[in-house]
Formats: sequence, C-alpha cells, structure tokens
Amino acid sequence: MKQRSDSRFISFVAQFKQNRAALAGATIVLLLVFVTLFAPQLSPHDPIKACLDERLTAPCMEYPFGTDQLGRCIFSRVLYGSRVSLSVGLIVVGIAATIGVVLGIISGYCGGVPDEIIMRLVDAMLAFPSLFLALAIAGILGAGFINVILAITVVEWTRYARVMRGSILSVKENYYVEAAKSLGASDFYIVTRHIVPNAITPIIVVATLGIATVILAAASLGFLGFGVQPPTPEWGMMLNDGRLFMRRAPWLMIFPGLAIMITILAFNLLGDGLRDAWDPRLRERRRER
Amino acid sequence: MSLLSITQLKVHFPTQDGIVKAVNTIDLEIANNERLGLIGETGCGKTVLGMSIIRLLPPSTTIEGEIRYKGNDLLKLTEKEIRKIRGKEIAMILQNPTTSLNPVLKVGDQIAEAIKLHQGLDRRAAKAKAVEMLEAVKIPDATKRANEYPHQFSGGMKERAMIAMGLACDPAMIIADEPTKGLDVTVKKQIVKLMKEVTTQKTMLFITHDLGVAAEICDNITVMYAGELMEYANTEAIFKNPMHPYTQGFLNSLPSMGLKAIKGMSPSLIDLPSGCRFHPRCDFADAKCRTEHPELIEVEKSHYARCFQYA
Repeated sequence: MKQRSDSRFISFVAQFKQNRAALAGATIVLLLVFVTLFAPQLSPHDPIKACLDERLTAPCMEYPFGTDQLGRCIFSRVLYGSRVSLSVGLIVVGIAATIGVVLGIISGYCGGVPDEIIMRLVDAMLAFPSLFLALAIAGILGAGFINVILAITVVEWTRYARVMRGSILSVKENYYVEAAKSLGASDFYIVTRHIVPNAITPIIVVATLGIATVILAAASLGFLGFGVQPPTPEWGMMLNDGRLFMRRAPWLMIFPGLAIMITILAFNLLGDGLRDAWDPRLRERRRER
Repeated sequence: MSLLSITQLKVHFPTQDGIVKAVNTIDLEIANNERLGLIGETGCGKTVLGMSIIRLLPPSTTIEGEIRYKGNDLLKLTEKEIRKIRGKEIAMILQNPTTSLNPVLKVGDQIAEAIKLHQGLDRRAAKAKAVEMLEAVKIPDATKRANEYPHQFSGGMKERAMIAMGLACDPAMIIADEPTKGLDVTVKKQIVKLMKEVTTQKTMLFITHDLGVAAEICDNITVMYAGELMEYANTEAIFKNPMHPYTQGFLNSLPSMGLKAIKGMSPSLIDLPSGCRFHPRCDFADAKCRTEHPELIEVEKSHYARCFQYA
C-alpha cells in the first residue's frame, strides 16, 4: 500500500531517471555544490595570493589551469568563483521567487484591481531589456555582492509572478476549491491548503532554470565591472581580466568561461528534466515533433 | 414551519453576450426533514439556485429576493457569518466527485478539515471523526482508506467520501447537486440507497435531472424550467398525475416510458421566450401562451402547476 500511495512520486523519479541529460545536469549541479562547500580543501593554492614570479604560467602540474597576470592560481580562483555564482544564483532566486509567488497568488486569486496593478507592473518591468535594467540599477547602487543581488532580483521576480498567477488561475477553477468553500473554509485557508500545493510545481521548474539565468546575469555584471569587487574571485570578472591577455595566455579566459558554460548548461538540463518528469505529456509531444 | 424559505429570488449573471437570467422569481419552501427534489434539464438554473442558497456564486452576480434559513436572511449575512453557515448548518455535496477532491490531500484529512473548522477539534480527534464518517458512508477498511489519496479511490468511493465530507459537521440541511452524475448504474443504486439512509433525519434539497433517482429519495418534487418552477407536488403525484406539459414530456422521455424526447431545445437563459417560457416546445400552446405569462397556481391540494390549462 505504501508503494501505491507514493505512486506519483515514483513515476516522477522513474521519468527523471530515464532522462540521461537531466541526470547529467543533476550530477554536475551536485558536484558544483560540493565544490562550493569544499573550495578551501580542494584548492591547491590561495586564490588571492599573487605570485609575480609565476605569472601567466600555462597549465601544468603545479597550476592545472595556469596562472593569471598576477600569478594567481586560476584553478583555485575558478573553484572559489563558484561560491559567488552559486550563492548569487540561490539567493536571488530565493528572494525573487518568494516575492513573485506571493504577488502571483494575490493577482491570480483576487483578480480585479489587485490583478491589474500587479500585472501592469510586471508588464512595465518586462518592457525593459532585463540586463540593461539590472545594469542601470547596479550602476546607481554601485558595485558589490548585495547590490548585484538587488539589481538582479528587481528584474527576476516578474517571471515567478506570471507563472504563479497562471497556475493559480487554472487551479482555482477546480471543484475541490468550491467544495472547500461550501464547507465554510476561509480564503486564506483555501489558498494555503488547496490552491498553492497544487499550483507550486511549475515554480520549481522555473526556479531551476532561473538559477541559470541569474548566474549568467551575475557573470555579465561581473564582466562589466559591476559585480563583486576584487580581489574576490568571480567568473565574470576573471573573463574581463583575461581579455587583455587573450592571445598570449588564452587559459585566463577559457577556464572561467567553461565554468560559466557548464554551470548554466547543468541547471538548464536539470530544469528541463524536472519539467519533463512532471509533465510527461509535454515530452511526448516534443518527441512527436 | 419551514426550515428554508426562498421568496422572489432572482439570480442574474452579467456576461459578454448579455445578462444570463438563471433564476427568475422563485418562491420555494423546504420544511424541516423534508427531502425535496429539484428537477430539470441541464442549464435550467437548478445548480445556480442551489449555490445561491449558500452564496457560492461569483461576486458579479446580482441576487434579489430573500432566502430565509431559520428566520435569518442568508443574503444579508456578512462573509464571515455565511462561512459559519456553510458546512455546519447547510452543507453542499457537489457534482463531479472525481474533481471535487483535492488530489494532494489525503481523503481523511480533507474530511477532517471541515470538522476542525467548525467543531474546534484538534487534528487527531478530527481525523478520528473523519474515519467515523467514512465508516458511516460504508467505506470498508476506513482507517486505512482515510490515509489514501483521491486517485486511489474509485468513482463511487469518491462520491461516498464527498457525502462523508458534507455530513461531517452534522448539518441540518444538505444541498446535493447531482451526486449520482457520472456513476455507473450499479454504483448509482448504492449511492442512492446511502443518500436515503444518511438523510432520514435531515432536510435536503436534491438537485438532479434523473427522475428515477429523485423518485427513490425525495418526498416532494419540483420541476424547474428556464429559471422558473413549473410544477410542485409530492413525488407520487408528480409521477401519477403530472400536470404541466413539460413534466409530462419529461416523464415520457424516460427510457421506461419509451424515450420520447421533448421537441426543440431548452431556451437560452439570456433570451427567454415571451409568455409561458415553455410555449415554443409545448404541444398545447395557444395565442395566450405566447403573450401572457402564467402564474404558479394550486390546482389540487398541495399540487401546483404553472400552466393556463388550469387557470
């Protein structure tokens, strides 16, 4: 019986397991988390200690990814850089999803005037190219970890609000909502107990894909000089530093670039896999096409 | 004295195509411990009438008239007051058992919800009561079943669970909206039997388009057409001596009576026919029926009909 009662979860896991790309994504994400947590133990060198004698060393046994113009170990810097990227990604998505979900619930459940106000605000936010808006905000606030988070959160919450609203609109038409109402449940109770648990799944997918977007945005801000300030290692900033030495020492750009690419790819694969596992019909449809 | 009395009730919805006049000037009394069947075709306004009693209609609806329950006008209560009526005093058993249960909540927890809400019991006591309710609606192995999710229940069991939910707080009155819809014949029979048993000491408004089911359960029957009551009588009289041509047509359309369909289509509630609402489909209609609107009159003792034949 236990098996039967968990059948939804089991079919979800079964679906997910079949999807090799998603499994690869999940593995890389786990690996990233591991690297982030144990960066100090895994790094062969201090990421910010300059060693001018060894600058622009090509990858070798001592320095697997080579060194940069100040002789810092790029391997260690890439490992430490995952801390900034991953924490920005998680924090921004956490805050943006919370704001977006709450506003989406209000918008979708209440309808009418609150819905108009929130959705017009979302439309207004979406009218800006998101990176430029983040750039403008970061420019006004100045560079730094907190400001990067603020700048990206301001543009990111809208997608969660939209998805949540749509999800709520479809869930609230269900008869069990009416049934709960007919038994005397209050709006708050209906939303928290009946609607949100049935409407939250798409948010998990959007959030997973959202982490990738946020990491890319954070790296872009870093590249443009609005991110975390030196000497803290950050992938986007490393790319920018390496630009000057691109011909002489391409490893300065190759490895942080690869790190960004692999991270984003991993989150995108994971997000797609989650979506397909939750909605097998979608995958069937795509296969037919 | 009647438990629920509806006077001059009108329920209209504004839509893009015009105003839907779903309930048009209905007067109806339901006595204590009476089981009244509300019968009509799909789209005649019977569900709307049921939902308007506990005010489950969207806020844009205009409702006129009075719905008095134990003397209080339900239409004048605040949102908070009506919530205390819902489930505790008047419970509704909705149609579509498959979609009326929340798929992510255990059935027992869903039933326990209403109990916690109205009787102030704690989680465990409420859950125990929920199991009791599942036993009352004859679900075997209720303790185990209470911890299962709706998708593990069959259609008939879901309907039983819905009934258990409706009865959980021991309401004085039940509005059952087509509880037998979509169930196969054998299951329907069981549900009808159950409904009859559990409502012996209760007042019930039983909404259905299934005359056979209504005949089994109800003491009195009223026939609704295009938002109006066409006939009202006790169950026996409706079947033995149907007065209104619509009721006669409805009875003749039963399989056991030869499946003779009433000609024409049920009218749009936006653009109601003039005069008698039924005249475009009526075999006996004359000039008067087309222009004048008949009243519901008592033709025999406690047998009312809305037709000029009896005027």
